[in-house]
Amino acid sequence: MKKFEIEAITENLHAVLGFIDEQLELIGCPMNIQMQIDIAAEEIFVNIAGYAYKVGTGMAVVGVELHPEQPSVDITFIDHGVPYDPLAKADPDITLCAEDRQIGGLGIFMVKKSMDEVKYEYLDGCNILTMKKGW
Amino acid sequence: MDIKKTNHDNSLIVGISGKIDTASAPKFEQELKNSINDCTELIFDFAEVEYISSAGLRVLLSAQKTMNRQGSMKLINVRKNVMGIFEVTGFTNILNIE
Repeated sequence: MKKFEIEAITENLHAVLGFIDEQLELIGCPMNIQMQIDIAAEEIFVNIAGYAYKVGTGMAVVGVELHPEQPSVDITFIDHGVPYDPLAKADPDITLCAEDRQIGGLGIFMVKKSMDEVKYEYLDGCNILTMKKGW
Repeated sequence: MDIKKTNHDNSLIVGISGKIDTASAPKFEQELKNSINDCTELIFDFAEVEYISSAGLRVLLSAQKTMNRQGSMKLINVRKNVMGIFEVTGFTNILNIE
């Protein structure tokens, strides 16, 4: 697994996506899948940047494990912030009209819908979120 | 992300190119705030939009709510990938997409 450690601030979003894209290109990930993975990764990383560290900032580790034989990829996000399971949040009601729509929770909902698997665990003081996508 | 605005009477065409993400969405929002006060017809040309995350969807939802009160809004030339995001989030039900 290739790992990339970076300060969890939104200004580092493009560096994180650049790292992930570089890995995906090694196994010829199709562009439409890469876009879905990038969006999912953006939602998770921005979530960590916004909520993980209540005081100041902290680090996030992004891990990419390629499975060229399937082909698929596992992407893991680890932070040492407050325990927080983003998957526990209720899905937004996407059938409501514009006036009644709430935008909260939409990012994580997109992650759940576009990835094949998403799981969260809190282990040894770390939030660990893993998502899997095949094509 | 680049934004090109074309005014005609009370119509405004906003052509966007690139990625609408957490980094660029604030600029997108500010550009709209500065221009849609007197607008009764807002058209987004999405031909060159290759990516939109929830930060961009938030701006579109806000614009739709504003335009529901003062006129109409539509999106044109939406790419297949971006359309997929509108579909999965139910935005195809609240946006007028041609």
